[in-house]
Amino acid sequence: MTPSRWRFEFTMTRYLTRFLCLFCIALTARAALDPALLKPLAADDADKRIAAIQKLGATANPEAALVLKALNEDNLYVASGRLYRLDGERAFDAASGDEIKPAPDNGEGITINNRVRGEVANALAALKLFDPDPAVRLASAMELQSGVTPEMAPLLARALEKESEARIKALLTLAHAEATLGDKDTAVRLAAVQALGASANPNTRNLLTPLTDAANEPAEQVRRAAYASLSAVESRLALGENVGRVFTGISLGSILLLAALGLAITYGVMGVINMAHGELLMVGAYATYLVQTFFRNHLPAQVDWYLPAAIPVAFFSAALVGVVLERTVIRWLYGRPLETLLATWGLSLILIQAARVLFGAQNVELANPSWMSGGIELLPGMVLPLNRIFIIGFSLFVLSLVWVLMNKTRLGMFVRAVTQNRAMAGCVGVPTSRIDTLAFALGAGIAGLGGVALSQIANVGPDMGQGYIVDSFMVVVLGGVGQLAGAVWAALGLGVVSKFLEGWVGAVIAKIAVLVFIIVFIQKRPQGLFAFKGRFVEN
Amino acid sequence: MQSRRLFIKTSVVAVALAAAGITALPAFAADTIKVGILHSLSGTMAISETALKETALMTIAEINAKGGVLGKKLEPVVVDPASNWPLFAEKARQLLTQDKVAVTFGCWTSVSRKSVNPVFKELNGLLFYPVQYEGEELEKNVFYTGAAPNQQAIPAVEYLMSKDGGSAKRFVLLGTDYVYPRTTNKILRAFLHSKGVKDEDIMEEYTPFGHSDYQTIIAKIKKFAGEGKKTAVVSTINGDSNVPFYKELGNAGLKATDVPVVAFSVGEEELRGVDTKPLLGHLAAWNYFESLKNPQNTAFIKMYKDWAKKNNLPKADTVVTNDPMEATYIGIHMWAQAVEKAKSTDVDKVIAAMAGQKFKAPSGFEVSMDEKNHHLHKPVFIGEVKGDGQFNVVWKTPGPVKAQPWSPFIPGNDKKKDEPEGK
Repeated sequence: MTPSRWRFEFTMTRYLTRFLCLFCIALTARAALDPALLKPLAADDADKRIAAIQKLGATANPEAALVLKALNEDNLYVASGRLYRLDGERAFDAASGDEIKPAPDNGEGITINNRVRGEVANALAALKLFDPDPAVRLASAMELQSGVTPEMAPLLARALEKESEARIKALLTLAHAEATLGDKDTAVRLAAVQALGASANPNTRNLLTPLTDAANEPAEQVRRAAYASLSAVESRLALGENVGRVFTGISLGSILLLAALGLAITYGVMGVINMAHGELLMVGAYATYLVQTFFRNHLPAQVDWYLPAAIPVAFFSAALVGVVLERTVIRWLYGRPLETLLATWGLSLILIQAARVLFGAQNVELANPSWMSGGIELLPGMVLPLNRIFIIGFSLFVLSLVWVLMNKTRLGMFVRAVTQNRAMAGCVGVPTSRIDTLAFALGAGIAGLGGVALSQIANVGPDMGQGYIVDSFMVVVLGGVGQLAGAVWAALGLGVVSKFLEGWVGAVIAKIAVLVFIIVFIQKRPQGLFAFKGRFVEN
Repeated sequence: MQSRRLFIKTSVVAVALAAAGITALPAFAADTIKVGILHSLSGTMAISETALKETALMTIAEINAKGGVLGKKLEPVVVDPASNWPLFAEKARQLLTQDKVAVTFGCWTSVSRKSVNPVFKELNGLLFYPVQYEGEELEKNVFYTGAAPNQQAIPAVEYLMSKDGGSAKRFVLLGTDYVYPRTTNKILRAFLHSKGVKDEDIMEEYTPFGHSDYQTIIAKIKKFAGEGKKTAVVSTINGDSNVPFYKELGNAGLKATDVPVVAFSVGEEELRGVDTKPLLGHLAAWNYFESLKNPQNTAFIKMYKDWAKKNNLPKADTVVTNDPMEATYIGIHMWAQAVEKAKSTDVDKVIAAMAGQKFKAPSGFEVSMDEKNHHLHKPVFIGEVKGDGQFNVVWKTPGPVKAQPWSPFIPGNDKKKDEPEGK
């Protein structure tokens, strides 16, 4: 590039950055970009590309936003020195925005790496600050919480001036403060430091820490303000961290509960040591998989809604397996725990092999529906994943379902009557044998619902149940056999305790510690957290 | 003993036929050459290893279609050690003593390789191991067609520290709890020390095999990354744990532009079950990517896609190729070349003939077997995940790199010989 050309480009850029921005509101009509500004985007040198991206970001030109978006999505191509972007089948010139007909087929895709991608994201966010849609502005303001450069300060100030939404304004204030932290004017620095006290972004801590040191910050009032802001940020971060930890604990607890609720009925209430419980979870998970496959093949438009449809399917298929198991094997073994244990263990192996034969030994793929992907950002840097939130809600739903069934329905009353005193219940006309079958089917069906939830977070494969059988028994035994409330407390307690331990000593040691704790606890209190009081305990 | 019995048997046949002498001994031994395939087809590693079995069968079919080796067809013997490490040793013994295979292609995890090594040594068998691993081992009976640490782990971390890789200053070493991640992380820690990274800037975390709840670990990574300085994660998570790990990573909104994750055991195959759009830009280091453009690779991909369709593999329309599959493919071809050169399937003769074997690999480079150390000279690539589950190569070595099975970053290794004992 000749010096005069370079100077031209430089002035052009200055012109664009300084003045075009002022008219960005008026920029409803498309303005063509300077091809010289675009050319470095196809360069091999990452530094040149980044410089070009930063210049584009400062233009506030909608055409620049389209180019950057195409670059971000690998849709920008170069053919004989000319850049164009692809939108589906159609090609558009990058500089003018005019459609190119026919679309060139000799183009070479421009690929970017992480470093360039980060710059593109920032530039895009800056360009979108003036979008008429508040949702877009909010997203870009959030994007700008990291990677603000001092050069962005004027742009941010302008955006801040025009912004009316309080939430976006708050975010922009933070970003603007970040951009002006290094300002020469002490008053501006002071204002920036004070504004940053409202931040909950871990990055802020790193920005503020050097400013508490006299070596970096000459003005004492700024140092003092930095110190105050820093402690505000830190306490907010600590709060966020603890909330996050409790959340992950509850989330693990809800999964343990879903895995164990079925067992709380079959083992807890009926007294069947059901080693095939894990495989009933697996039946539920595979039923979910089949429903997903059905939706993909026959209702591709509604594929996101396969999960609600899978809930009844999983419940009834697992319940059906439960009925078959009870009718063929378990009913002959009531009152003989050791034989039940061996027989159900054998059944679990049969079910695992059956799944291997039917679905293959490999894990099957289950996609989260789009409404369950992603998360809610409570604080910057603290995201609660949506699939976990849904699973917590789902476990509450299943829990209330079980509670209503056991306490408010005739079936529940019969189940409780039979388990408390079989002979007496029979005498007053309860069909005990049919109640046994129904109760076992209910427990199995609930396990199937657990399988639906597990399919969303864990791998679905033939031996997935093996990983949950120990946890499920742990929850039921710890909670107290025969108690639904016990299972709830035990699941939540185990979830929160193991997550706190995991954060402290690591996943491997945490698992060991929890098992040791349960052994000790059961020795001290064999009846579990909650125990039945009453006469029937004695038989 | 066994070869003598075989010799007696075949001599008897030879005499009975009144053949011209003792020249054509191998021709009478059998009509086929048996080849063992030892990969987990069930359990936690099935996600990775099943494709290697298919690649091996495909390569054997390819060689057979061209007339086989020494004029004989290869006959694959497939066994399933089910991600159960002691079972690997049992199955290896079965392959060597009952099926009498000439060579075995197999294993993925280092713990499975460690479990079969003594068997191959005792019975003087021959194993081709196709996966990147931690080094610190050199067996006379094993050829390593995957990468040693200097062909994968070290270049990947160097890239992360470079300007284009994001100038990372802090590192999270995250892995599954067994020998490969532990040893690799030991080497990486020593390497990072040599580059001036202090212990407080390194976090090491392990999870059990099949772990599926990565919430705490991701929260920890976020916290570590939030303490200032650019942070990168080096993942040696193996098997199906990768699916929940990457799902959680995407859901937690940890983007590659903030905290890049570079993985050593995640390739195209492992990402098939994951929505990769939230993972855009996370990295993997390998010696091959499916996205490489060259005639060998185009042919290789086409061969595998046709194979998947012909054999009705699950989801045959979306099958992908990856690095260990390429390494399996190279290994089988090199073994066949060595057998042709040695004019025998005798283990010792084949080992001698393997030295210096060359093969035009799907990576686009001519890879060669080292004259001494049983490892390949291979190129190194670093790729970023794209939205379609493929990798976009962002860095590569100019040519093949010689393997250093004894990492210079582990004290005492400088005295170790660069060839197997007893060779």
